[in-house]
Amino acid sequence: MSDLLYSEEEDALRAAVRDLLTDHCDAPGVIARTESDSPHHLALWKALTEGMGLAGLLVPEELDGQGATHREAAVVLEELGRAVAPVPYLTSAVVATEALLACGTDDLLRDLAAGTTIGALAVALNVAPGAAYRVVRQEDGLLHGELTGIADAAVADVLLVPADDGGLYAVDAGAATVTPQTSLDLTRPLATVTLDGAPGRLLGDAEPAVRRALRAGAGLLASEQFGLAEWTLTETVRYLKERKQFNRPVGGFQSIKHRLAQLWLEVVNTRAAARNAADALSNGEDVDVAVTVAQAYAAPVAVHAAEEAVQLHGGIGMTWEHPAHLYLKRAKADSIAYGTPGAHREALAALVDLQSP
Amino acid sequence: MTDAEELRNRTKELLAAHPPASTDRLDFLRARFDAGLAWVHYPEGLGGLGAPRSLQVVVDAELEAAGAPDNDPRRIGIGLGMAAPTILQYGTEEQKRRFLRPLWTGEEVWCQLFSEPGAGSDLAALGTRAVREDGGPSRSSEAESGGDWVVNGQKVWTSSAHVARWAILIARTDPDVAKHRGITYFVCDMTDPGVEVRPLRQITGEAEFNEVFLTDVRIPDARRLGAVGEGWKVAQTTLNNERVAIGGMRLPREGGMIGPISKTWRERPELRTHDLHQRLLKLWVESEVSRLTAERLRQQLVAGQPGPEGAGMKLAFARLNQEISGLEVELLGEEGLLYDDWTMRRPELVDFTGRDAGYRYLRSKGNSIEGGTSEVLLNIVAERVLGLPAEPRTDKDVAWKDLAR
Repeated sequence: MSDLLYSEEEDALRAAVRDLLTDHCDAPGVIARTESDSPHHLALWKALTEGMGLAGLLVPEELDGQGATHREAAVVLEELGRAVAPVPYLTSAVVATEALLACGTDDLLRDLAAGTTIGALAVALNVAPGAAYRVVRQEDGLLHGELTGIADAAVADVLLVPADDGGLYAVDAGAATVTPQTSLDLTRPLATVTLDGAPGRLLGDAEPAVRRALRAGAGLLASEQFGLAEWTLTETVRYLKERKQFNRPVGGFQSIKHRLAQLWLEVVNTRAAARNAADALSNGEDVDVAVTVAQAYAAPVAVHAAEEAVQLHGGIGMTWEHPAHLYLKRAKADSIAYGTPGAHREALAALVDLQSP
Repeated sequence: MTDAEELRNRTKELLAAHPPASTDRLDFLRARFDAGLAWVHYPEGLGGLGAPRSLQVVVDAELEAAGAPDNDPRRIGIGLGMAAPTILQYGTEEQKRRFLRPLWTGEEVWCQLFSEPGAGSDLAALGTRAVREDGGPSRSSEAESGGDWVVNGQKVWTSSAHVARWAILIARTDPDVAKHRGITYFVCDMTDPGVEVRPLRQITGEAEFNEVFLTDVRIPDARRLGAVGEGWKVAQTTLNNERVAIGGMRLPREGGMIGPISKTWRERPELRTHDLHQRLLKLWVESEVSRLTAERLRQQLVAGQPGPEGAGMKLAFARLNQEISGLEVELLGEEGLLYDDWTMRRPELVDFTGRDAGYRYLRSKGNSIEGGTSEVLLNIVAERVLGLPAEPRTDKDVAWKDLAR
C-alpha cells in the first residue's frame, strides 16, 4: 500500500515554498501581471529554481538534479496551486523533464534542472496520456507546421516537438514563431508554435516519451488541483465567518454549512487520491490506475471548489478584483489539461476490466 | 514498555500452553484474555497489557497463522465497539472485572438502549425515566450511592436485544434541569422480567432491530456507569466509538459495495449500456478514492497524528452504498424488478453487501440514518472541522419537562 502521508522533509519543503510564495506571489500581483506583456512571473521562477533547485527534483543527481521523486514535486505543485502561481513548473520541471528523461537527453536535462532553460512539450495541453496528438512535418532535418494549445510556450527556451517520422525533436525557441493565444486560464497561458523550416535535433521516439510525460503531468496535476481546491475552501470558509447578512454570519446558515462540509469531504478525498498518484509515480507501482483515478476525481473537485468560492462570495466573487476568478479559470482549464475526467475514466475502464458495451 | 517482539513472544507462549487444535474455543479465548492479548491497549488484568493499540495487529497475525479461534467480533460488535470503551473509561473496578471478560469472549452479548421513538437525532431529549425506589438522590450534587432504580420507557432500533444479556442504557433521572444534565448511564440486565423485546420489521422485510419496552425494570445502583446526571458525557464515549466502528473498516480495492456490481458488470455483458457504464465508472472512482482516504486516515493514526478525516468517512460510506446499490438494481433490468425474499426473519449478522441487489439497495437506506444522520454529521463537520457557527439553540437552558414535544 502506498505511503499517503507527508514526510518531515516534505513538510519542510512545503513550508519553504509557501514562505516564498507568500512574499513574492500575492493575488493582486498575479491579477495585474495577467494583463501585462509578461503574464509569467519569471523572478519567482528564478527564486524557485536557481534559488531552491526545485526544477531539478525529478532529475538524477549525476545530471545536477536533486534526485528527488514525484512525491516532492507534488508538494511543490500543491503550493503553486494554492497561489495560482504563473510559473512553468508543471510544464517544464515535470512534463518536459519527463520527456527528456524518456529520451535520455542528458545535456538538456542539466539545463532544465538548473532552471536557466525552460522547456515545453509541444503537445496541446488537452491531450490525455496515450491519446493522439498533432505532429509537424520533418523534411531533410527541418520541421514545418503549426501546433496550437502549447502551455507556457511563450517563456520556453526549448520546444520538444513531435514530428511525422515518429521522432521527438528539440527546437530552439528562437527558430520558431511563438504566438500567445488568448487563454481561459490567464496564469497558464497557451501559445501557437509555428515552424517554418526550423532545424530540430532528434532526441528519440516521440510516442513513449510523450506518453510518459503526459502521464506524469496528469498525475501531478492532481496535487495542483488539490492545492487550488484547498485554498478556495479555506478562503471561502474564512470569508463566510466574517461576512454578515440578516444579523448573522453567512457561514452559520445550514444550507451553506452543508455545502462547505460536503466540499471539505471532496477536498480530503482529493488529497488521498493525489498523494496516491504521486507515490505511485515515484515507485512505479500501479501507476496507470493511480493516475487515472486521481485525475478523474481531482479535476471536478477543483472546479466544484472554485465554483462554490465564486457563488458563496456573492457579488465580490464575481469581480475582477477578487482572486476567485483566477482559481476558477485555472481549475476549469486544469479539468481539460492532460485529459478530461471522462477520458481518464475511459482509460480506467480498460485498466480495471470494466469494459464499455 | 511492551514492544512488538515481546508481544510476539507472549502470543507464542499462549499458543504453546493452549494449542488451538486441542483446546476448547471458549477456554482458549479466556486464556487469551487473561494473558493480556485480547486488546493489548487495555490495562493489565482487563485483557490488555497497556501497549500501543497499533501493536494489536502483531498479536492477531500470530494467532491467525496458528489457526486460533477468534471471538467472532461481528456478532458482539456493540459490546466490543461501544460498551467496552465506555465501561473502561467510566466503570468502577468491580464493574470492569465483572463485565469486560465475558463481553470480550462473547459469552455475554451486549446491546444499546439509547434511541427512542421521540428521541432520534435529538438523543438528549430522551424520556425513559429512571427513579430511585427509596426516593433517594437523583441529582449529581447529592449523595452518590443508594437503592435500586426503577426504569420505565421505550427504546427503539436496538440490534441484538433478543440475544443480549446486558444493555447499556441512558435514562432521564432529573426532568427539572436542562436535557443534557438530567441523564444517567446504566448497565441494564436484559433478563429482568420488566424488559420486553419485540422485533421491529424494517423495509427489507426482516427484523435486525427491536423495540424494547421497559416496565418497572429494577437496576441496582451498583450498575450505574459514571455519576448521576453525567450520563450524557458518558454516552459521548459510546457514540464516538460507534462512528469509528461504522465508517473505519480497511478494505482491499473493490472491497465494499462496488464489488458485487463490478463482478456483475464483468460477467453479464448483455446488461451493459453506455449510460450505466459512465455512472459505474464514476462510482468506481469514488469508491477507490474513499478507500484511499480511509487508508490515509489509518496511516495517520498509526503515525500518531489523527486527523479530522474520520468525521467524514461515514458520510461517504452511506452515500456511495446508496448510489451504487441503486445503480445495481437498475443494471439488472428485469431481475431488478424481483426481490430474493420478504420473509420476516431475525438475522444474527448483518452484511450490507450481502444477499441480492434489492436487499443491498433497501438496507443501505439505513446507512445515512444509523449512527448519526448524514444531515447531523454535515453539521458536525461544518462546526468542529471548519469552525463555522453552531446552529441556533433554543433548548439549552430549558428544563427537559418544558421542552416542546
